[in-house]
Amino acid sequence: MTQIDYKRAAGYFLLTDFFKAFRLGMKYFVGPKVTINYPHEKGPLSPRFRGEHALRRYPNGEERCIACKLCEAICPAQAITIDAEPRDDGSRRTTRYDIDMTKCIYCGFCQEACPVDAIVEGPNFEFSTESREELFYDKEKLLENGERWEAEIAKNLELDAPYR
Amino acid sequence: MIEFFTTTNLGIFLLTVGQVLLLVIPLLVALAFLMYADRKIWAAVQLRRGPNVVGTFGLLQSFADFLKYIVKEVVFPAGADKAVYLLAPMVSLVMALIAWAVIPFNDGWVLSDINVAILYVFAVSSLEVYGVIMGGWASNSKYPFLGSLRSAAQMISYEVSLGLIIIGIIISTGSMNFGDIVAAQDGAYGIFSWYWLPHFPMLFLFFISALAETNRPPFDLPEAESELVAGYQVEYSSTPFLLFMIGELVAVVLMCALVSLLFFGGWLSPIPGLPDGILWMILKMGAAFFMFSMVKALVPRYRYDQLMRIGWKVFLPMSLVWVVLVAFLAKFELFGGAYARWAIGG
Repeated sequence: MTQIDYKRAAGYFLLTDFFKAFRLGMKYFVGPKVTINYPHEKGPLSPRFRGEHALRRYPNGEERCIACKLCEAICPAQAITIDAEPRDDGSRRTTRYDIDMTKCIYCGFCQEACPVDAIVEGPNFEFSTESREELFYDKEKLLENGERWEAEIAKNLELDAPYR
Repeated sequence: MIEFFTTTNLGIFLLTVGQVLLLVIPLLVALAFLMYADRKIWAAVQLRRGPNVVGTFGLLQSFADFLKYIVKEVVFPAGADKAVYLLAPMVSLVMALIAWAVIPFNDGWVLSDINVAILYVFAVSSLEVYGVIMGGWASNSKYPFLGSLRSAAQMISYEVSLGLIIIGIIISTGSMNFGDIVAAQDGAYGIFSWYWLPHFPMLFLFFISALAETNRPPFDLPEAESELVAGYQVEYSSTPFLLFMIGELVAVVLMCALVSLLFFGGWLSPIPGLPDGILWMILKMGAAFFMFSMVKALVPRYRYDQLMRIGWKVFLPMSLVWVVLVAFLAKFELFGGAYARWAIGG
């Protein structure tokens, strides 16, 4: 004869679990919400946040990228394609700098590899597009990103510099 | 003018159609907001915000979803029986809607005041199983078929205990007419005259069986979106899917109406001095729906064997014993005739 656990049986029939849950549920029901109202409010981002890529320029307007192709070499997803030839003044510059954003895994290795802080991953994460083609970024697009996000990128790099 | 609507055939037909529309349109509009309320309540318990973008506070979310559903493509699975495949959601919705014909919202506010109203409601809601089975079978796919069998087994199991619980109420009232059942609950003590007090344990059994009967969580095994995708609805898309969804929700609201009518005195006011009216009925249905939503938010899903065990080994014996007990109490008019309302004159 198995022993009947009367206490447990009573709890089972009196739905004590449910009423406890109901009380807790009502407590949360009136409590403050933890989700943020996304398009209107945004969560904080770390200076190390790896978002949309950007190519930066020096303050005098010269491109930073020297076409060393380290980023192309290190990219685990092989999303970067670079062509380069000497410019008229003899300096080495890219003629083509493409990132396939559909391949990119946002690992940040390109940024790590870059000796001149030219390619960086900025704080922007809202760059969805309506077509796939729009995600094949070329040099022009990346430089434009650099101009648009320069202030934030520079601040983030400065904040993160002591840990590098 | 009044003669035209009460004597000529065309007049009676037009009057009936008008009454039906007067019931169905507010019901479906209310359904849209209940769907929204359901999602909001669920979200609030989980500390989320819920839909809040479409319209003020997201109030128009259901209408946006409705539009989304109807503009999608209707996909027919290869080898599906098209006629049955399309008929199934219609059966499901129509069966859920025609049950409302006998639900009164106020004294005499009922489409068809028949004496076997409860029997009719249960006959019709049993037929809802056909929509589920037809949908699962016509999809010509394994999982919808298995899902529909599970769903059918579940709905049939819990109908048994629902039926027995109602027998207790019928014995107490001596009538199967909803108007009579509500009238029998009209007493000197307001809220304490209603059937929830003398039939107290059955209120919970009824509510839980209603959850299982309408495939709501925690008994949403046919759907089980986290494990089974959607049971018998897997292959459905677009408007047919929408019809299934609406049918399911109409059945839920019907159960809310039944809980209010059978246990909470329908349109009677809880405080003896206040006037009775449709407002009380709507408030009670709203409260019942709130409980449906809270249960969905709080209780984890039951396993299939647990579901069947509760249905057949706990609810069925309990409600059977209760029927016998109520019959005894009614026969000998014990507890001041609380179980024999026809004897003490309501």
